[in-house]
Amino acid sequence: MDPSTLKILQNLTYLVASALFIFGLKGLSHPRKAVRGNMLGSIGMLLAILATLVGEHILSWGWVLAGLVVGSGFGVFLAVTVPMTGMPQMVGVLNGFGGGASFLVAGAELAMVIARSAPATGEAAAHVAEGSHASSLQFLIATALSGLIGSVTLFGSFVAAGKLQELHITIGGKKYWLSNSILLPGRNGINALVFLACLALCVAVVGNPGTMVWYVLLVIVAAVLGVLITIPIGGADMPVVIALLNSYSGLAAAATGFVINNNVLIIAGSLVGASGLILTAIMCKAMNRSLANVMFATMGPQAGAPSADDVYAGKIKSVSADEIAMMLDGAQRVVIVPGYGLAVSQAQHAVRDFANLLESRGTTVEYAIHPVAGRMPGHMNVLLAEADVPYEKLLEMDAINPTLETVDVGIVVGANDVVNPVARTDPNSPIAGMPIIDIDKCRSVIVIKRSLSPGFAGIPNPLFANPNTSMFFNDGKKAFMEIISALKENA
Amino acid sequence: MDFMLLLTVFVLAVFLGFEIITKVPPTLHTPLMSGSNAISGITVVGALVAAGTGEGFWVKLIGFVAIVLAMTNVVGGFLVSHRMLMMFRRKG
Repeated sequence: MDPSTLKILQNLTYLVASALFIFGLKGLSHPRKAVRGNMLGSIGMLLAILATLVGEHILSWGWVLAGLVVGSGFGVFLAVTVPMTGMPQMVGVLNGFGGGASFLVAGAELAMVIARSAPATGEAAAHVAEGSHASSLQFLIATALSGLIGSVTLFGSFVAAGKLQELHITIGGKKYWLSNSILLPGRNGINALVFLACLALCVAVVGNPGTMVWYVLLVIVAAVLGVLITIPIGGADMPVVIALLNSYSGLAAAATGFVINNNVLIIAGSLVGASGLILTAIMCKAMNRSLANVMFATMGPQAGAPSADDVYAGKIKSVSADEIAMMLDGAQRVVIVPGYGLAVSQAQHAVRDFANLLESRGTTVEYAIHPVAGRMPGHMNVLLAEADVPYEKLLEMDAINPTLETVDVGIVVGANDVVNPVARTDPNSPIAGMPIIDIDKCRSVIVIKRSLSPGFAGIPNPLFANPNTSMFFNDGKKAFMEIISALKENA
Repeated sequence: MDFMLLLTVFVLAVFLGFEIITKVPPTLHTPLMSGSNAISGITVVGALVAAGTGEGFWVKLIGFVAIVLAMTNVVGGFLVSHRMLMMFRRKG
């Protein structure tokens, strides 16, 4: 086949791959179509890879095949072994890999252009004349952007994944958790300086196309920036960070598309970039905070706020599993609000058994899912789906809130800030205006929690002191198992 | 390829992305993230070219590492999405 026909076929295949990516994402609009959609996306990727292998002049097949085998093997290993509770870390690491691949490709392209334009050989002049794209402003700016975004994504994602994995170090008998907000003095000033340094290095990359030095420096400083902007962000804000890094990994791929002049990278990258941005916006809206507030400010109790003692003293009603079994007797409708504590105690299967038991007695059981419950968008849904809870029973906050007044028993497991009524009542609270699940409107409420310790916002929760609230101080999984056996004994 | 053409494709694809993704229900947001992650592994196309050029040890090595990262992304992302989506399909 002559080269130009081959090129046309290759580009047509890339176009088909782009269309398949779009169909694939479109399939995710419904759980029933989603498996097929995901498959269409993966077929698109296979076509794009085959078109590249056939259409390009691959000389060093050994390197290429080794890379494909090692990467695929590692991918299969991760995908098969990761537990559903580890999904946020997994997605975090994958985001990082996407960013890493992008800045490496841009760097390799730059190195190739430099090697080809080296004046040592007679051929070089011809390459420079032919490679007008290679020395163009588009190529250089895209390379710099790919290096910047890719490196920030890789290192930011690794910090985020470390936080989600609950990594910690012990110094002098005291544990230091990476997942805590790590606040350096003057951090916003430092971050601004590092960011400006990155921009200056971008300009240096564009202005000095003959050397790799500036690109390498840019990647290193961008790595520092990625670490610095991620370490101050605490556990409960991770859904925002993961979504944002998801978006960056797409934008890095799109930038690489401008580096190598390839539409399929630009289309796929911008789809992912848009997807991450939408998820970021949804997460921020669900916390009633701006992205800037999540990134640069930290949550904490404000001065003059009611202390835990004021809120809780003498008003906490602690109950046993038997008492809960009695409360559930004759309940028509029960709503469960899961939070991160459900993931920590791996309680999803116990919750499912509990719900099945109630349903066998004629009680309706539903789940109210807050958008930022857990550590990533959709975290709770995946955990409950793993335990075979049908997705129709997982209701969004806006859908279930208007109906909560008719619910007999609301059960909160491992959630705190997302059910704190202070968000509605106290305009000075750090969570003021945050949309919450109005579980306090149920006829009676059971809160399963290990202690009265505050949630991420660091404020007491008056829900726990409500006259119609009963506290069951226990680990999530054990609590449900005890309630199940109490229910069976009573029956 | 003309820069304006590429930019046009970029901007239109962003709009298309917004249209498609806003229709994804919250219950599928986690598989959406892992699946879109796999799609962003499309940089493997550039990595294959870099590793395949035979153009000097460093370019090949960087290309090789890029292929490994991108393929981990592609295979890991699609496969773990599949695992999750099968859970959602099982009932309901």
